[in-house]
Amino acid sequence: MDSQERILLKVEGLKKYFPVRRGFFQRTAAHIKAVDGVDFAIAEGKSVGLVGESGCGKSTVARVILKLLEPDAGRIVYKGRDITPLSPKEMKPLRKEMQIVFQDPFSSLNPRMTVGQSIEEGLRILGLSKNRRQGRRDELLEMVGLSAMTADRYPHEFSGGQRQRVGVARALSVESSLIICDEPISALDVSIQAQIINLLKDLQDRLDLSYLFISHDLNVVGYLSDTVAVMYLGHVVEYARADTLFEDPRHPYTRVLLSAVPSVEADLTSKIKTLKGEVPSPMDPPPGCKFQGRCPLVEPRCKQGEIDFSRVGEDHLVRCWKAT
Amino acid sequence: MEEAYAPPHKDTLLLVEDLRVHFRGHDHVARAVDGVSFDVHTGETVCLVGESGCGKTVTALAILGLVPIPPGVIASGKIRLRDTNLLTLTEEGLQDIRGNQISMVFQEPLTALNPVFTIGDQIMEAIQVHEKVSENERRRRCIGLLTDVGIPSPEARLKDYPHQLSGGQRQRVMVAMALACHPALIIADEPTTALDVTVQAQILNLMKSIQHASAMSVLYITHDLGVVSTVADRVYVMYAGLIVEQGTRDQVFQHPRHPYTRGLLASLPSRSKRGKRLYSIPGSVPNPAFKPKGCPFHPRCSAAIAECAVDFPGMCDYGHGHLSRCPPVYSRERQE
Repeated sequence: MDSQERILLKVEGLKKYFPVRRGFFQRTAAHIKAVDGVDFAIAEGKSVGLVGESGCGKSTVARVILKLLEPDAGRIVYKGRDITPLSPKEMKPLRKEMQIVFQDPFSSLNPRMTVGQSIEEGLRILGLSKNRRQGRRDELLEMVGLSAMTADRYPHEFSGGQRQRVGVARALSVESSLIICDEPISALDVSIQAQIINLLKDLQDRLDLSYLFISHDLNVVGYLSDTVAVMYLGHVVEYARADTLFEDPRHPYTRVLLSAVPSVEADLTSKIKTLKGEVPSPMDPPPGCKFQGRCPLVEPRCKQGEIDFSRVGEDHLVRCWKAT
Repeated sequence: MEEAYAPPHKDTLLLVEDLRVHFRGHDHVARAVDGVSFDVHTGETVCLVGESGCGKTVTALAILGLVPIPPGVIASGKIRLRDTNLLTLTEEGLQDIRGNQISMVFQEPLTALNPVFTIGDQIMEAIQVHEKVSENERRRRCIGLLTDVGIPSPEARLKDYPHQLSGGQRQRVMVAMALACHPALIIADEPTTALDVTVQAQILNLMKSIQHASAMSVLYITHDLGVVSTVADRVYVMYAGLIVEQGTRDQVFQHPRHPYTRGLLASLPSRSKRGKRLYSIPGSVPNPAFKPKGCPFHPRCSAAIAECAVDFPGMCDYGHGHLSRCPPVYSRERQE
């Protein structure tokens, strides 16, 4: 990250454990270590991609950043201010700056509210007058490529792509500077995905938004993000600029992930690298490197103690001995 | 022009001709599949690719006689497996074919497997229905199948219920079940869509290696063009119940002819397109009950001319098995 760029959000050593309760007294028997050491930073007007397979904790990271869940350790610094200890009441003024677009445009809109009402709700909470709310609502609908006439319609009258546009309009309704997109296009058809990607890109250029882009699809992340953090079993294993990550992946997991993504541009002679086994349970991760059970390069020292980031290049961090 | 693709064995295993499957609603008819023809040769992988609602799953269900009738109607067409027309078979006749000569792998293994039976019971049932073999033999075959699909310690897994397995392992069990009676054709309907990418790569490799070992054919149904480019020998692109383009993988991906195929490929995000605006196909897929007249793609097409709204487009032959349903593009490119 260039030092000239102003950091909007910085996350350091973020941890979130969920207790597993068992037995008559519901004693805490174990913890699911959903997020277990996540660090990254988003500069103003830039996008960070958070990639990983299901269960790696990427959506939990989103919820912790928005303080919908309380972190167990770590710091969330927004515009230079540590927001980790803030109470829900203290968070309220910040909420209008941090918004989220959810994966499923079918379940994230209230079916009993017109899309206009859904978009206006945030503005009402900010205390805008009815006239100003409606003006802003129409402006937002036009901005995401829907007609202002559609404000009185209900979500079921829209297609998936249109609903996702409404989701984006709702996230923009307040004075957002950070938008967290949690798999915003994976529920959409291929021909519609490009429409939403273009929309997100245009809005970023126009409004100088920062995105945290959460996805399992490396093709999308490679297209949209400036910086990419690869997550495996609760922590970031590699963190680099998108170009660097795709051209010179260092962590064995990143390498496999890149080769496993089917792409129409892939060289068909190159063999897909496959891993043995599947992602282990986050309840009982092995000591040492969490990737040890599936890693082709594993050696005894990987099984002892936590592995810290090593810097392998400018802005390129890897959690692996072998990478340096 | 590139070499035409020659399948490992030239004989046609499955031939679908002018298949039309309609669903009657109370005031309209949804023409989900509207004149689909394709063939699958022995030993090859054929992909039906298209977006949701294009009729690809209904086509697969029609092959196995699984379209619910009513509300479904097979309005016309032939589905021939070697010399048998599957559409004229009785339910018992179809039972003999299903699981035995054609089997299916579904998208969501958790709903396709029965939760109250062990996976051993379910695989052995598939064998028992079609072959008279002793229980010991069935068990032995079952363990062999689970070993083939890469499930560790298969003897112990036989007694597991589906919920005790992970998503990838369940899909492996589905593949094992599909293979139980050495079918000639496996229909795989989005078999890896619910899986993570690294597990998806495992399942795709597994299917490829089984296919090489047994000269089996695979009809692969998916919306994911990346997967298609990794597995397909030949590709059929579907839109609104029609095949709009067909050819070998290289023909369709290197030299796409139909505006829809071109649009889809141009709209895929990738790292190499960074900084450039993605092409996006305007509008959305038409409702199968209210398809536009003429070419169903014309309202979204960048190459549409006045005739497109009137004339139903025929297939244009680019040679070597490459066909596209777009006469305007064909005649324009011929002139150049």
